Amino acid sequence: MKWKLTAALAGAAFFAAAGTAHAEGELNIYNWGNYTSPEMIKKFEEAYKVKVTITDYDSNDTALAKVRAGGHGFDIVVPSASFVQIWVKEGLLLESRPDQMENFKNVDERWVNLDWDPGRHYSVPWLWGLMGTVVDTSIYKGDINTSAIWLDPPPELVGKINVAPEMTDVMYSAIRYMGGKWCTDDKEVLKKVRDKLIEAKPKWIAMDYGTIEKFASRDYAAAFYWNGAAMRSREQNKDVRFGYPKEGFAYFMDSAAILKDAKNPDNAKLFLNFIMDPENAAMISNFAKYANGIKGSQPFMDPAMKDAPELNVPAEFQAAGEFLTTCSPEVTDIYAKIWQQLLK
Amino acid sequence: MATPREIAVAAEQRDIRNRWLLSSPALIIIFLAAIGPLFVVLLYSFMLKGDYGDVKPWQFSSDGWFGVFLQRDIFDDTLTIADAHISIFWRSVKLSLVTTLVTLFLGFPTAYFIATRPPQRRDIWLFLVTIPFWTNILIRTFAMQEVIRNEGIVNSVMIWIGLISAPVQIMFTDWAILFGMAYVYLPLMVLPLYASMEKIDFRLVEAGYDLYATRLQVLWRIIIPLVKPGIIAGSILVFIPSLGAYVTPRVLGGGKNMMLGNLIELQFGQGRNWPLGAALSITLMIIVTFALLVYVRNASKSGGSHG
Repeated sequence: MKWKLTAALAGAAFFAAAGTAHAEGELNIYNWGNYTSPEMIKKFEEAYKVKVTITDYDSNDTALAKVRAGGHGFDIVVPSASFVQIWVKEGLLLESRPDQMENFKNVDERWVNLDWDPGRHYSVPWLWGLMGTVVDTSIYKGDINTSAIWLDPPPELVGKINVAPEMTDVMYSAIRYMGGKWCTDDKEVLKKVRDKLIEAKPKWIAMDYGTIEKFASRDYAAAFYWNGAAMRSREQNKDVRFGYPKEGFAYFMDSAAILKDAKNPDNAKLFLNFIMDPENAAMISNFAKYANGIKGSQPFMDPAMKDAPELNVPAEFQAAGEFLTTCSPEVTDIYAKIWQQLLK
Repeated sequence: MATPREIAVAAEQRDIRNRWLLSSPALIIIFLAAIGPLFVVLLYSFMLKGDYGDVKPWQFSSDGWFGVFLQRDIFDDTLTIADAHISIFWRSVKLSLVTTLVTLFLGFPTAYFIATRPPQRRDIWLFLVTIPFWTNILIRTFAMQEVIRNEGIVNSVMIWIGLISAPVQIMFTDWAILFGMAYVYLPLMVLPLYASMEKIDFRLVEAGYDLYATRLQVLWRIIIPLVKPGIIAGSILVFIPSLGAYVTPRVLGGGKNMMLGNLIELQFGQGRNWPLGAALSITLMIIVTFALLVYVRNASKSGGSHG
């Protein structure tokens, strides 16, 4: 009875098409570029009959400036950890209480009580990762779990290192390497930090984004970069390894939150609950190649990612990782000045 | 009765009024799209910076402008000249000047070649010069990476013909930026040079040779003075966009050293100092205006001599 099956499928397709055509609502997501799984969005659209529109941004500052200017029409935004408090303080986020949602039980305890959103009253984990060292081990065989790879590079790596031009992460790693704490305004430490960075810079080849193909072409032998990109570099150059700097490394976590002036707050709440489902969270991970914060998502992840050493922080290094808070404007100002001196 | 003279005056006045009316849409667009936003930039440069980007509205301060030239040392609080900004300014000006010179040296023979072809074939050569404009600058710059990479075309060819034994590092150096900018801006130099060379009466060149001038003398005493407006226009067209270049230094230079465009971007992004960014933008505009003034002055001088 093949025709019956065909007819049934055609009918289903028709209703599905009619369903999206007569969508009961809309949802406008404002997220980082190339970060939202289309497969997951399609599943959400079909499950709730909602038409989703995604708009990209390329930095936290861009997103903040645009939303603050008003008239944006977005419902969901996905700021980084260090920015969530700014969004909250500026009164831009809705206290949507994800902690009282049905799927909240799936959120990994590690990502619940964080300084920037204690108890998760505003935001839901999207993806997380960290910046560490990426090294081509066919060129350098020593210890890679240290920031010395790019701050005091071994001779083999000199002139072949790329450092991501991220002011916050570079400053953080250099401060920890010199024995200071994040957001310190201790002039002694900062002077050492500045001198160390300026001393190390001539040993780098670039401060740029886009390392994956350059490890494959062996233009780079080491980098200070994100773990997800390190995994993708390893897929193209099997000698590439990711190191967790023992002096300290900074996690990043982007979290989805609802804007206070959202036009579709109900759909937005459905969406936050939706992405706390393990299968849906795994879809986001599989697309963007970073880990998510949802327990039980592991079985749904791509086999290559499930046990990737870049995405699963070894227990021995977990203590060295922390989330970066937003420093006071005065301290940010000092860091920006050191950064300018570095790039002058 | 109106005299013919009065009628003529009235007609002229009507003519002037019509011209204003007809050009008003363009003037309104220029005002709204160019001068209005510039005024906002100027205003922002005099405001107090917001804690997380933006500015504190209507709280005025000269901090932004102060920061362009001076800085309070972060360690001993002494007031010094903002050497970081000055070296970035200087690098931008230097690279833009060298780019202008390189494009002039490459563009001059090219334009001369085109201008001396038979008229019906010049259009084909000009068309070839404009082909690069068909592709987005970002794509062309990334394609340039492929050319100058360590395992790219230039290095492979040089190794193959035995000129060098190991790849030369060109990517991520100032040479790469210069190479990229000269490539991107060359057509902007060739086109105005061609426009003024096309008008040369080449009988003057022949006359020069008849009077026993050497080739160098013909070039120096006849061709260059006649092409001067084109040289100036081309240099301005190359110098000004080079000063604000953002993509090429970023993609080919490896981002280790900032140019003006990158410095301004930093203030609006991670540096969170919008007033300083606005003040830097205006400083850049002042430099550009200054370069233009030099041009206008020279153009009117040479314009007087031969129409």
